[in-house]
Amino acid sequence: MAIKVLTIQEDILGANDEKAKENEDFLNKSGILMVNIMSSPGAGKTSLILHTIENLKDKARIGVIEGDVASTIDAEKVSEQSIPVLQINTAGGCHLDAYMIEKALKNMPLDDINLLIIENVGNLICPAEFALGEQIKVMLLSLPEGHDKPLKYPLMFTEADVVLINKVDLAPLLDFDTDSFIKAVKGLNPDVKIFQVSCKTGEGMEDWYSWLESQFKSRLSS
Amino acid sequence: MHELSITENILSITLEKAEEAKASRVSRINLVVGELSGVVDECVDFYFTFISKDTIAAGAVLSIQHPPTQLRCRKCNTVYSPDGQDWTCPDCHEQNSEIVSGRDLYIESIEVE
Repeated sequence: MAIKVLTIQEDILGANDEKAKENEDFLNKSGILMVNIMSSPGAGKTSLILHTIENLKDKARIGVIEGDVASTIDAEKVSEQSIPVLQINTAGGCHLDAYMIEKALKNMPLDDINLLIIENVGNLICPAEFALGEQIKVMLLSLPEGHDKPLKYPLMFTEADVVLINKVDLAPLLDFDTDSFIKAVKGLNPDVKIFQVSCKTGEGMEDWYSWLESQFKSRLSS
Repeated sequence: MHELSITENILSITLEKAEEAKASRVSRINLVVGELSGVVDECVDFYFTFISKDTIAAGAVLSIQHPPTQLRCRKCNTVYSPDGQDWTCPDCHEQNSEIVSGRDLYIESIEVE
């Protein structure tokens, strides 16, 4: 039988991108700011979320979507703060995708939420490829990971709207070169917003809280 | 590890297009995968063998092209391919470049019978 060549030229992640766009339109219409927090395992995503909740819960109606390969440990920690939390277990999957978020949105009390924080699966590769419909992508890097990460994971640092450098209290113990890190990140992504923080000591966290507050407030008023 | 989702998408787009064309078999899938997409060919091949079983794409050859990463220096506008992880501009030695290509991830064409 004759072989026929069919030209396709179709983006392999096109369906996910379309679903993400639908999610984003829905969130914009509903007046909800969705923030996707991505990092390596252990960089401090859960700590960042817990501190952010504690600081902003009187100012925003916060909800959390927890993405993990397995377990509900993080969701349990978040639910102790008495805010709506939904756990997604990816059962081995290395990232969340727009379909999982669509389903999660249908299962959350959205009338009570105007700031929805997503804790993505700890991984610097795959989450950068899968848009969820978030309006803000936050990348968290902790000092012990080293300042060379932007060179190793350029896509993640190119995609991020905000980079938080966490665990700055460990600086005296480590050889992390903050200037060369910031230079590399800005080189990839000149418009990125960078905060240097320690979730443990609270250093620099006020700037992050006020920035995030200004982001959801500007959305509420628009 | 995101190769499983990617391979599932490759298969579903392929089957949809092959069925539209009333094909009885898919013999080859031509993919374009940029170096920056972080996709490992062997993983895609491995997953494809499993998930395409019992479909008309079973046994199809996956031909994967890897266009090289190209960057443009924001200072001097030189377009260059980086040397591994070193993204420094070869002309002005600045580390301030935007990605021109290397993020591609698409199905170029399929060959069907």
